[in-house]
Amino acid sequence: MDAIILQILNGLDKGSAYALIALGLTLIFGTLGVVNFAHGALFMIGAFCAVTLSKILSLSYIILDETQTDFLGKPLKVKVPYAESWFGPEIGAAIIDWSVPLAILFSIPVMLLIGFAMERGLIKHFYKRPHADQILVTFGLAIVMQEIIKYFYGANPIPTPAPDVFTGSYDFGVLLGFDPNVIIYPYWRLVYFGFSAIIIGAVFSFLRFTTFGMVVRAGMADRETVGLLGIDIDKRFTLMFGIAAAVAGLAGVMYAPINSPNYHMGMDFLVLSFVVVVVGGMGSLPGAVLAGFLLGTLESFASMNEVKSIFPGIDQIIIYVVAILILLTRPRGLMGRKGVMED
Amino acid sequence: MSKLNLTRRGVIKTGAAAGTALAMPTILTAGSHAGFTNAPTGSSVTLGFNVPQTGPYAEEGMDELRAQELAVQHLNGEGDGGMMNTFSSKALKGNGILGKKVEFVTGDTQTKSDAARASAKSMIEKDGAIMVNGGSSSGVAIAVQGLCQEAGIIFMAGLTHSNDTTGKDKKANGFRHFFNGYMSAAALAPVLKSAYGDDRQAYHLTADYTWGWTQQESIAAATEAMGWNTVNNVLTPLASTDFSSYIAPVLNSGADVLVLNHYGGNMVNSLTNAIQFGLRDKMVNGKKFEIVVPLYSELMAAGAGENVQGVIGSMNWNWQLQDAGSKAFVKSFGEKYGRPPSNSAHTCYVQTLLYADACERAGTFNPCGVGEALEGFDFDGLGNGPTSYRADDHQCFKDVLVMKGKENPTNEYDTLEIVEVTPRAQVEYAPDHPMFAGGQLGACNPGA
Repeated sequence: MDAIILQILNGLDKGSAYALIALGLTLIFGTLGVVNFAHGALFMIGAFCAVTLSKILSLSYIILDETQTDFLGKPLKVKVPYAESWFGPEIGAAIIDWSVPLAILFSIPVMLLIGFAMERGLIKHFYKRPHADQILVTFGLAIVMQEIIKYFYGANPIPTPAPDVFTGSYDFGVLLGFDPNVIIYPYWRLVYFGFSAIIIGAVFSFLRFTTFGMVVRAGMADRETVGLLGIDIDKRFTLMFGIAAAVAGLAGVMYAPINSPNYHMGMDFLVLSFVVVVVGGMGSLPGAVLAGFLLGTLESFASMNEVKSIFPGIDQIIIYVVAILILLTRPRGLMGRKGVMED
Repeated sequence: MSKLNLTRRGVIKTGAAAGTALAMPTILTAGSHAGFTNAPTGSSVTLGFNVPQTGPYAEEGMDELRAQELAVQHLNGEGDGGMMNTFSSKALKGNGILGKKVEFVTGDTQTKSDAARASAKSMIEKDGAIMVNGGSSSGVAIAVQGLCQEAGIIFMAGLTHSNDTTGKDKKANGFRHFFNGYMSAAALAPVLKSAYGDDRQAYHLTADYTWGWTQQESIAAATEAMGWNTVNNVLTPLASTDFSSYIAPVLNSGADVLVLNHYGGNMVNSLTNAIQFGLRDKMVNGKKFEIVVPLYSELMAAGAGENVQGVIGSMNWNWQLQDAGSKAFVKSFGEKYGRPPSNSAHTCYVQTLLYADACERAGTFNPCGVGEALEGFDFDGLGNGPTSYRADDHQCFKDVLVMKGKENPTNEYDTLEIVEVTPRAQVEYAPDHPMFAGGQLGACNPGA
């Protein structure tokens, strides 16, 4: 029982990342009709926003410590962060410690700008082109983004820890009547789950309860009619591209402490996210979220030793098996709309 | 006046005969410089450095390339000479190899076997590389080693730690200076016993490819021999990034040690995930839970950050060693690049020197002559103490380092500390050891 609860928690946690990326992906598809293979790269850039802010806050000057030597036997160069010398050791250290949560604020304008630049500079020229062209150009763009990040940050993963207060695990077992330390789950992963829920809720509320969102939804359903009403739907869709980029970026920022960011982390999520979108139904926002959590949970259960002992290697294929089964029985995906990707 | 009958066919025949006659003495006098692939004809010789320049191990590949460039400089008599000054063999004179200036070309393995073979093939066929060196993966090393065997080129392996490289996949044209999974296990077992006791329950997470399998087999055998019990061994896909669903079952498995048979990004992520789940803070079976990473790399330790603190693993070499060879190499590398070399850089540097030295001692670039010079070669002064290239399987035997993640690092390079230098005798094994069974070294192939 404890193993099942742990894998449910794992599944929800994995599903949060899948859902957040897939949400942005399907938002772009639903509004602009673009299959964006650079979406994983936006997730990666979000994670590097956290790395960048951490580096900015940790900017240091160097003092020579004559009492210690470096690997060449010269006096050791010790880095002292400016934040610590300006605000005192305790406050300075706390600012650096909280760099990942602070990066949420940093990443939103950065990701919006990147999203606008991508859409205005490149994507808009491919609206009326076949999906294959869109895939090629956005995939190429993803590789360019990767190489830029690699050029500046190197290929090695960069540790970007969560604030110290979130180190350690929460004992769920005690809450559910189990012995202590039987069902524990890392604090930061719980934060990630909660954060995802808030972002998903915010996106849905924005689309549901604002006039802007209503126009966007109308445009998603019938772009031409909305245009005939004199509404500049393109401008709104451009903004939605920026918002989708920001959602992917936020997912990346908060993921940085879970696995050290590296330049190709976006590619690791890209294919999975597309499967999530297809299973959920192209262009369906609730479908993307539902499929994200469903596939995340299934993937976690497939990793259990009991399951692997019966179906060796199932953890590597489960998502694709489920995707095939769902598409065979529901060709439009779980919550796909009629007419989308069917012309 | 006689009439000379000149026909087109006659001229061609005469020309061909004359050309053959003129070329004959050259071919015969070329002796050892002919009859093998890419025999150098000019004043230079080309080495092929096949390293990951893109992909997840690109950082490690770049460090290998730095060391290889340094080795070429030293071979050509530039710089301070580095380990050439401490190498026990004095055949290298700083005038290239056999009097020919050393040049090099590079290839990108991308840490993919097919890409690595393609880049090695291109260096051999288009650039005329006479030797291929480098790499950061056993899958790649085995693939490129096979290609070099077919092409008649010497392969001086870079970082490859699978038993199979000099086990079932060994080749006569391939040579490995780096240690292997068996040696890691043999070095680690006594240290683990003294640190954590002989009554432990070990849970293994293993990367699902050649290196992971042989590493797991080796460490499980070595720890079981000293009394540990292997609770479970779970194979994890190489493409995994989030290991939480593999770590969670460890919590209540009864295990009190987690062995991460992972390398590179897998190691960084699985170790980070294990620490997040609080494994190192747990008490199981009345003992503190411990994590072991059998194969360490400085670059990956840096990627894992403070998560490596206190975690035991092994290495082929480390820049903190204080022997004359290591100090010379660290000084040379550090002054040129402003950073200490990694152990993958070290093995590539050493392999390049060893190849050049073997050519000098053999008096030829012919791979069969070079191979003969390397087989059974005993040397010292290259950072690992007295070392031998065993003729039976082309594996180097030398001391192995047991490392531990440093508790209070002083800078970004100061992530690991040396716990023990395990003597070579403790990590040696018979050529017919079951873990290395299958496959034949075969005969050396000189190629063309």
